[in-house]
Amino acid sequence: MNLTLKIWRQKDAKDIGGFETHEVREVNPDMSFLEMLDVVNEGLILRGIEPIAFDSDCREGICGACSLVINGTAHGGHKATTACQLHMRKFSDGETITVEPWRARAFPMVKDLVCDRSAFDRIIQAGGFVSVSTGGVPDANAIPVAKEDSDQAMDAAQCIGCGACVAACKNASAMLFVAAKVSHLALMPQGKVERERRALNMVAQMDTEGFGACSVTGSCEAVCPKEIRLDFIARLNREYGRALLHRGGG
Amino acid sequence: MKLDAHIPSGPLTQKWDQHRFDMKLVNPANKRKFDVIVVGAGLAGASAAASLAELGYNVKCFCFQDSPRRAHSIAAQGGINAAKNYKNDGDSVHRLFYDTVKGGDFRAREANVHRLAQVSVSIIDQCVAQGVPFAREYGGLLDNRSFGGAQVSRTFYARGQTGQQLLLGAYQALSRQIGLGRVEMYPRTEMLELVVVDGHAKGIVVRDLINGVVTSHAADAVVLATGGYGNVFFLSTNAKGCNVTATYRAHKMGATFANPCYTQIHPTCIPVSGDHQSKLTLMSESLRNDGRVWVPKRKEDCGKTPASIPDSDRDYYLERKYPSFGNLAPRDIASRAAKEVCDEGRGVGPGSLGVYLDFADAIARLTEPVVRERYGNLFDMYERITGENAYQQPMRIYPAVHYTMGGLWVDYNLMSNLPGLFVLGEANFSDHGANRLGASALMQGLADGYFILPYTIGHYFASQKQTRITTDHPEFKKAQETVSARTRRLLAVKGKRTATSIHRELGKLMWEHCGMARSKESLTAALQKIPALREEFWSNVRVTGENGSLNQDLEYAGRVADFLEFGELLCLDALTREESCGGHFRVEHQEAGECKRDDAHFSHVAAWEYQGEGKSPTRHIEPLTFDEVHLATRSYK
Ligand SMILES: Cc1cc2nc3c(=O)[nH]c(=O)nc-3n(C[C@H](O)[C@H](O)[C@H](O)COP(=O)(O)OP(=O)(O)OC[C@H]3O[C@@H](n4cnc5c(N)ncnc54)[C@H](O)[C@@H]3O)c2cc1C
Ligand code: SF4
Ligand code: FES
Repeated sequence: MNLTLKIWRQKDAKDIGGFETHEVREVNPDMSFLEMLDVVNEGLILRGIEPIAFDSDCREGICGACSLVINGTAHGGHKATTACQLHMRKFSDGETITVEPWRARAFPMVKDLVCDRSAFDRIIQAGGFVSVSTGGVPDANAIPVAKEDSDQAMDAAQCIGCGACVAACKNASAMLFVAAKVSHLALMPQGKVERERRALNMVAQMDTEGFGACSVTGSCEAVCPKEIRLDFIARLNREYGRALLHRGGG
Repeated sequence: MKLDAHIPSGPLTQKWDQHRFDMKLVNPANKRKFDVIVVGAGLAGASAAASLAELGYNVKCFCFQDSPRRAHSIAAQGGINAAKNYKNDGDSVHRLFYDTVKGGDFRAREANVHRLAQVSVSIIDQCVAQGVPFAREYGGLLDNRSFGGAQVSRTFYARGQTGQQLLLGAYQALSRQIGLGRVEMYPRTEMLELVVVDGHAKGIVVRDLINGVVTSHAADAVVLATGGYGNVFFLSTNAKGCNVTATYRAHKMGATFANPCYTQIHPTCIPVSGDHQSKLTLMSESLRNDGRVWVPKRKEDCGKTPASIPDSDRDYYLERKYPSFGNLAPRDIASRAAKEVCDEGRGVGPGSLGVYLDFADAIARLTEPVVRERYGNLFDMYERITGENAYQQPMRIYPAVHYTMGGLWVDYNLMSNLPGLFVLGEANFSDHGANRLGASALMQGLADGYFILPYTIGHYFASQKQTRITTDHPEFKKAQETVSARTRRLLAVKGKRTATSIHRELGKLMWEHCGMARSKESLTAALQKIPALREEFWSNVRVTGENGSLNQDLEYAGRVADFLEFGELLCLDALTREESCGGHFRVEHQEAGECKRDDAHFSHVAAWEYQGEGKSPTRHIEPLTFDEVHLATRSYK
């Protein structure tokens, strides 16, 4: 198949950037979207032009590195699919495809399709953990955990930290990401001990980073490649409210 | 050079406890006087960095991804072993030890493996305390499954995302230390040189991938946890960024590289679909618990739809050849068996490079919802990649490079032959011998980082008179200059081929000459072709852009340059090891199609010492002795 790509190019954070058009010939439908970009890039290199920069690593939908807005939708709009797992058979011959980076105030641009998502790391550093050090912990089976709780915790823990939820949100809110971690840990007895401190600190860091407020439109859930559910946001709100009630302040 | 593994004396079962007692300690108040560099933030690196910081050391941690949470460990699917015997099915530390030594085809150190089995138990406790949501039973206790050829159920798992959950546990522990200011984290930073002063590892030189700035970092010890080198084959199940650069450059500074030829080919991967292929995807081995592997008995049937081939015309070759292990035969054995049937012309799918993994019987026995509950995410992934529905037709699978047992040589303390350089996780050679068992890499990485290094590094600090080195030392200046010169050279070639095309060519060459079957002839040919390809690279590669900004082409070209040197070492090791063992199959050394070891001549670790450009490396030997386990022919029949 043949395609036209309209791709965002931006030299660095200071550059204003713009779209560049590339005609791509003989695309194999079995290619992944990133493999198609690899082919484009090889062509550019041979012409002495710098290839299009984009993040990727695992190419299996699990590391959360890939971060492309494809035809206006984060990760391209196929159910539970990251950009790296999107295959060209989902497009049609002759189609024009636009490719853009995540855009959000809290994710500053780096180059082309690459942005800086370190704000997510700082949110985790603020409280997304259980404060246990190595050693001196009880036997793994000492505390039984109801299968339902553990399964639900796993549903939330599957978040890959890609940031599509932020990219899709008109307010660039990070609520789904934060909700996933707060819910995962609050559902496990090991995480319950610190639940209040955690919810308060993570939310405070989220605000400091400049993520917007959540107006529960659900656009995050729609693009989330790990199908993190909106009801985790409700749980985060409950956790946060509970913490405020018990601890006061924000 | 004499390689002393420093294995403690005394009975095997007491070595580690006794050694922990014998090792010197660093006084708590003094720990903050020691600086440690940890390169890598995968399971091994993140667990080490967090644990060392908790103890009070000053830690700097580096990784090339934009976040430590994205290390390749995240992709591990199947599970992690531990000798908990929660299932009451006869598991024990001794059995895990025994299975690992045997599974490794008697090419690992008994003392290391025993320690690994011992600490496996604590790993699960630690991860549960961190909140890792392992699979559970209705009673609320942890669930286990049997995995990768084990006859007991000792594998702990979190759906098909065990690596992800364990890595997030370690990442969160690391994040806590970063938040507390005890670890300084450097993401998007690549280590490009190891700095050695008076024979001791004293620091590293790194390049900031965003702006190209090269800087030096000095420390009292350097820990490499930089993962495996499977991407020397270009196509592998590893993440795109996995590389040999950190370990190979340490090798060039004097660290010996052990058993580079021990590579693992995983039997259950999605077959190649075309020339554009950038990597291969693993289908978790757990699928073999319920899936049955087969090909048509007759070549003529290979083009038919699988459903139209009656049972009597199918060859369930693993069940036929290995009745007691059947579809669960260990990886190396299952991979070779697949190659064999494809070589006979009985492969299926494009290029006839595939075998079926069939769930029809499992669905009939368990029902589709149960199969979906167990493997749903894997079936979904298969469908996304191939466009085929594996509930309705069998999956097609083929072996692919997956894991590398070789790595930098380390002693019992995980220290390389360069004092002060410690190596953890897949980057070292330590515990898996010539073949790794499923679910044992996660175990090893976390054992190294949480429970071994934190003790042994203290012993190193307490037993040495430390000389403080700063980054003003001439060795740092020299290393920085090496890095800058290499970058200038890569950008200056301005040739006509991309780094990818040369890497692809190297990979093909390695796969054909040094893959599942190796011979004197194929390896000799590879040893001639690789230097020529390296020549081609340095005279004809095109690297675009400049040094001063994010330049993925430049990063990648640097890694390919190292693979082009390292590939030669791998083939040389394979040529010199005149026996077959585990994943290393020399066609000259076989008995009825199975590996034939030569214990009289090769019961040893081969560790290679770099001698300079254009010179052949020196092969050193660490003899392996087996006191506890009897050397036997590994049979799974
Ligand atoms: C698809 C797949 C599935 C697997 N499934 C299982 C399983 O079910 N069970 C099991 O036990 N094992 C499994 N394995 C194997 C296991 O995942 C790996 O062996 C293990 O995770 C390696 O961990 P590590 O910490 O040693 O290295 P990695 O996780 O690879 O981490 C390497 C780190 O080093 C950093 N790094 C590398 N080079 C540099 C450099 N030059 N400068 C700076 N930083 C650098 C990287 O950024 C990264 O942080 C699987 C492997 C694959 C490929
Ligand atoms: S919640 Fe979903 S979209 Fe947001 S970071 Fe996690 S996986 Fe990505
Ligand atoms: S590259 Fe890892 S999720 Fe897409």
